[in-house]
Amino acid sequence: MKILVCISNVPDTTSKINFTEGDTKFDTNGVQFVINPNDEFGLTRAMWFKEKQDALVHVATVGGPQTEATIRKALAIGADEAIRINSEPVDGFFVARQLAEVVKNGGYDLVIAGRESIDYNGGMVPGILATLLDMNFVNTCTNLEIEGKEVKAEREIDGGVEKISTSLPLVIGGQKGLVEESDLRIPNMRGIMMARKKALNVVEPIDAPINTKDKKFEKPAPKGQVKLVDAGNIQELIDLLHNEAKVI
Amino acid sequence: MSVIVYTESENGKFKKNAFEVASYGHKVAQLLGTKVTALSINADKVEDLGKYGVDKVLAVKDAKLETFNAKVYASCIAQAAKKESAQVIILSSSADSKYLSGILAAMLNAGYVPNVVAAPESTSPFMVKRTAFSNKGFAHTEINADTKIIGVSNNSFGVVENTVSAQVETFEPNINDNDFGTKSVEVDKVVGKATIADADIVVSAGRGMKGPENWGMIEELADVLGAATACSKPVSDLGWRPHGEHVGQTGKPVASNLYIAIGISGAIQHLAGVSASKTKVVINNDPEAPFFKAADYGIVGDAFEVVPQLIEKLKVFKAQNA
Ligand SMILES: Cc1cc2nc3c(=O)[nH]c(=O)nc-3n(C[C@H](O)[C@H](O)[C@H](O)COP(=O)(O)OP(=O)(O)OC[C@H]3O[C@@H](n4cnc5c(N)ncnc54)[C@H](O)[C@@H]3O)c2cc1C
Ligand SMILES: Nc1ncnc2c1ncn2[C@@H]1O[C@H](COP(=O)(O)O)[C@@H](O)[C@H]1O
Repeated sequence: MKILVCISNVPDTTSKINFTEGDTKFDTNGVQFVINPNDEFGLTRAMWFKEKQDALVHVATVGGPQTEATIRKALAIGADEAIRINSEPVDGFFVARQLAEVVKNGGYDLVIAGRESIDYNGGMVPGILATLLDMNFVNTCTNLEIEGKEVKAEREIDGGVEKISTSLPLVIGGQKGLVEESDLRIPNMRGIMMARKKALNVVEPIDAPINTKDKKFEKPAPKGQVKLVDAGNIQELIDLLHNEAKVI
Repeated sequence: MSVIVYTESENGKFKKNAFEVASYGHKVAQLLGTKVTALSINADKVEDLGKYGVDKVLAVKDAKLETFNAKVYASCIAQAAKKESAQVIILSSSADSKYLSGILAAMLNAGYVPNVVAAPESTSPFMVKRTAFSNKGFAHTEINADTKIIGVSNNSFGVVENTVSAQVETFEPNINDNDFGTKSVEVDKVVGKATIADADIVVSAGRGMKGPENWGMIEELADVLGAATACSKPVSDLGWRPHGEHVGQTGKPVASNLYIAIGISGAIQHLAGVSASKTKVVINNDPEAPFFKAADYGIVGDAFEVVPQLIEKLKVFKAQNA
């Protein structure tokens, strides 16, 4: 089995979000970039397939040279090879078209992407990718088992879980649940050393249209002061929620 | 030319988000000077959509569509969009709609923008406001493609009445057996209870509850309020609560009208996922807990004393206001 894990390079979850250049750009100043958490679960699941089922695991990212530190990390965790498509990820459709090209050329059976990137929260790359490639697709995937070409998967639905049967070739939008939190891997020294010798292939993007563009950003309005209610006067809270906030 | 809204239903009954996307669709149609067509799949009483400004309903009834299938449903929406020469397609932010949105975007070569929180700011160029960076910011996004897909963030636009009389038309899309590459084997879902995705009120608790054995009062509080229950990430990592209840930046987003956080410190990743909720109440025994800075109302106190009292007082309130 040949697996491609798609990795987006995102600000660490503790990052403060600021905008620059007249609020037209995300301010990367002082921001630490990491593997998108949803992709980290997928990558760890891919490592399981590598170790237990002899899968070959490649990772791909659409991004500039600054994203290489993040993909090196994926190599240190255990991916065999990395591909960087040398372009800024302008919009989800554009990114999916680039990745589709990589998948077509590489003959992958399974593409593991994340449910969404935690930065722009597009949540569209895996679905577009699957459709461009005419592959099966499971989103919000929380469990994935593969025997031969047969796939058993679970996906999170609103208020529950759905069990799905499908087959390779497949694209998933993965998330927490694919592996346990405690099984997530951090690169060790040996992994980091080995990663240096692994191939990181840079390919140029194909021409693709840009369907959406973020023109301007803004931060949420600052929150007003909290109204504190005395623990001895709970009725006051109920009155406030009923009369002032009008939510009960 | 028209605006298409995909109105979701369950067991024949429209979901609340169906009325919200219909309301949003009405607004967009007004801006564009056109009409709203709703697509319904196996829903009953489809004429009800007229109340929210839907001019026409394409009503699909087909046993093959009994269970949700993203690709097949996306194909039905695409066919409806082509039939109506739709320029804009409006979806909700449910798990199902998010599942099919990418497929639909690829089928129609459309520009798709999810998590949209308001009516379009302009229609030429077509600009919408959406959340980004897990609610730590907003983006004003321009859609350049001819076909535009908008995912409306739950509870952001609201359900707005605009009664018109909806013309109902039976619609029989082509259903291709080859599109059933993924099959639903089993659906395990809580019934008769609000879910985090569509609840007006969410009661959420964190590590301050000390252990899973103490969740009885959280569930009781949720019951009294008709609320869904949720939790912080460590609580689900510890196995105290199911993964599906974990809310926050790496869990489910919450956009309820009321969010009650009990024994949750208010870490940045938690706040990011719940900040779209309109009113936030925090109950925490540490006055320095960061969550108080993000809350509308707060009680500094021990959850084990405050919550039981709150339940009692709410029961009385509910009895009086029933
Ligand atoms: C990559 C990453 C992603 C993450 N994503 C998420 C996410 O999506 N969602 C999320 O929730 N977290 C997330 N986290 C974890 C987050 O950083 C916090 O660790 C977590 O939110 C803390 O959970 P908590 O508030 O329940 O627990 P704690 O931080 O332990 O807080 C417990 C709170 O309970 C209060 N308390 C204790 N006893 C009582 C009592 N008797 N009565 C009332 N109050 C009491 C305490 O004062 C304290 O404020 C993420 C972390 C990382 C690194
Ligand atoms: N620039 C990118 N390079 C590679 N994969 C990406 C990129 N952006 C998004 N993806 C993949 O698509 C998933 C969903 O991203 P998005 O649609 O941007 O929310 C991510 O979890 C990644 O797996």
